[in-house]
Amino acid sequence: MSDKTEQHRLSVFKTYKLYVGGKFPRSESGRVYEVTDSKGNWLANAPLSSRKDARDAVVAARKAQGAWAGATAYLRGQILYRVAEMLEGRRDQFVREVAEAEGLSKPKAAAQVDAAIDRWVWYAGWTDKIAQVVGGANPVAGPFFNLSTPEPTGVVTVLAPQDSSFLGLVSVIAPVIATGNTAVVVASERSPLPALSLGEVLATSDLPGGVVNILSGKASEMGPHLAAHLDVNAIDLTGADDELARDLEIAAAENLKRVLRPRAEDFTASPGTDRMTAFLETKTVWHPTGSLGASGSSY
Amino acid sequence: MPTTATAAAAFADVTASESTLRRFLHGLPGVDAVGLEARAASLGTRSIKTTAKAYAIDLAISMIDLTTLEGADTPGKVRALAAKAVHPDPTDRTTPTTAAVCVYPDMVATAKAALAGSDVKVASVATAFPAGRAALPVKLADTADAIAAGADEIDMVIDRGAFLAGRYLEVHDQIAAIRAECGDRARLKVIFETGELSTYDNIRRASWLGMMAGADFIKTSTGKVAVNATPANTLLMLEAVRDFRAQTGVQIGVKPAGGIRNTKEAIKFLVLVNETAGADWLDNHWFRFGASSLLNDLLMQRQKMATGHYSGPDYVTVD
Repeated sequence: MSDKTEQHRLSVFKTYKLYVGGKFPRSESGRVYEVTDSKGNWLANAPLSSRKDARDAVVAARKAQGAWAGATAYLRGQILYRVAEMLEGRRDQFVREVAEAEGLSKPKAAAQVDAAIDRWVWYAGWTDKIAQVVGGANPVAGPFFNLSTPEPTGVVTVLAPQDSSFLGLVSVIAPVIATGNTAVVVASERSPLPALSLGEVLATSDLPGGVVNILSGKASEMGPHLAAHLDVNAIDLTGADDELARDLEIAAAENLKRVLRPRAEDFTASPGTDRMTAFLETKTVWHPTGSLGASGSSY
Repeated sequence: MPTTATAAAAFADVTASESTLRRFLHGLPGVDAVGLEARAASLGTRSIKTTAKAYAIDLAISMIDLTTLEGADTPGKVRALAAKAVHPDPTDRTTPTTAAVCVYPDMVATAKAALAGSDVKVASVATAFPAGRAALPVKLADTADAIAAGADEIDMVIDRGAFLAGRYLEVHDQIAAIRAECGDRARLKVIFETGELSTYDNIRRASWLGMMAGADFIKTSTGKVAVNATPANTLLMLEAVRDFRAQTGVQIGVKPAGGIRNTKEAIKFLVLVNETAGADWLDNHWFRFGASSLLNDLLMQRQKMATGHYSGPDYVTVD
């Protein structure tokens, strides 16, 4: 804004909003909180989501879950790749937001954003391959085909990492949805702006509304309600501190949610398949091999 | 039904001929559509919490006419519905029963048998539901059939074609004939299908027409058209029953049906009832919800209030 010609313009500030069910609502509570950069300068007001926003997000995620899990793996891959394409187009915006949020230099922030975009592409490739890796035909002592296939767990609550506001965020969302889960994401409390902007990208990437829902606010406020919610199937506690993680794990036991415990993680390293397999169930079917004459199986 | 007789007598001069009836119905004050919708919307903004919400949820459950009106209804489905009406939440026996189950006439006997020993009533749609396009003898036979099978309540549809064509006396006489067929064996709910009446003025006229002809309940809709119960048309009908009681002393029930799917909406309707007709109507003898999926949402909210955490559709039955 130091350019002389631009000084005559009034600033047009962006209203950061939540991303729930494919729409951009404000918090139901009407609350916002100030988001600052790493030096404490004001950046924007972000919605301070309430438990009711979290509840609405779960409803949206549940509604989207069947169709998303039912979409072909190929289509999911195409859509995730489309997300990467859209991100590439808004790269500069994300570089600026990440630099401000994490106090990084432009080149370092750019490296983070590039790594995040590459990660979308990487996970996009996995959608139609994960079944071959973790599923398979099992040898059994009987005239049956015995096939195991991975199935999505369902609605997954993700507490996004607090420090890595974009690369970390992408690294926890993409593996959840790649396999057909839908996600309710609680963004980093201190730096939620890259996450809220990601919502705008997802909305224009053919991703059905409700597959990813992004909330900003306090993990300590929404976490307990999401962890105890009977219609949430799994919870990723990456962004929770030790005390909160313990409490949420206890609450999550009520309906036997899958829980991914927080652990020290380097998001710049190659992620492996762990985060995908953490939110998969294995379905095994026994299928008769057909006519069984005196000579045994026809196969 | 002495009360109905009094009401009918009070309007004997109005219903004496087509022209007097028309003069009366068209003499009813016109409806301020903007004001009506604004009033309904503003009453919908009340925040009902904690103990009031718990009361409202239980009241709403007790007011439900649990309905299945599909071509694919089977005796098994009706029995499952009846079981749900008696024990909406098998994990919590403090849950009230619903008011009734509402089925097609051929399913009445099945429902009656399944509900034996409980207080849950059997309501049956009749009179060539949902279109109402049949001759009067057919409608009477349909009604008689349902009552013979044990229906406690009859949900009849009016002939919207005759109503919209201005043949009010014909509509009146048909309702009166069905009323006579029900006698004191069944309560009569009259369905106007408000979504097909086009204007609020018509809904007000239909309400008065139905009440004068001896309806025990006036009901918004069949649930088979695009626009069903809305807060505004229900508010209008609540005003009609309020005014009717003020004028004749006879209390008539109201039943919004179709499109009410969640607890929040149901509570809005209860606020309308309390603020318009009054607390006398906050009872399942005088107010009902025609609904099916609403019950599951009420149960989930009830579980939320009991346990403190949000429930999910895995914890209620799939209907």
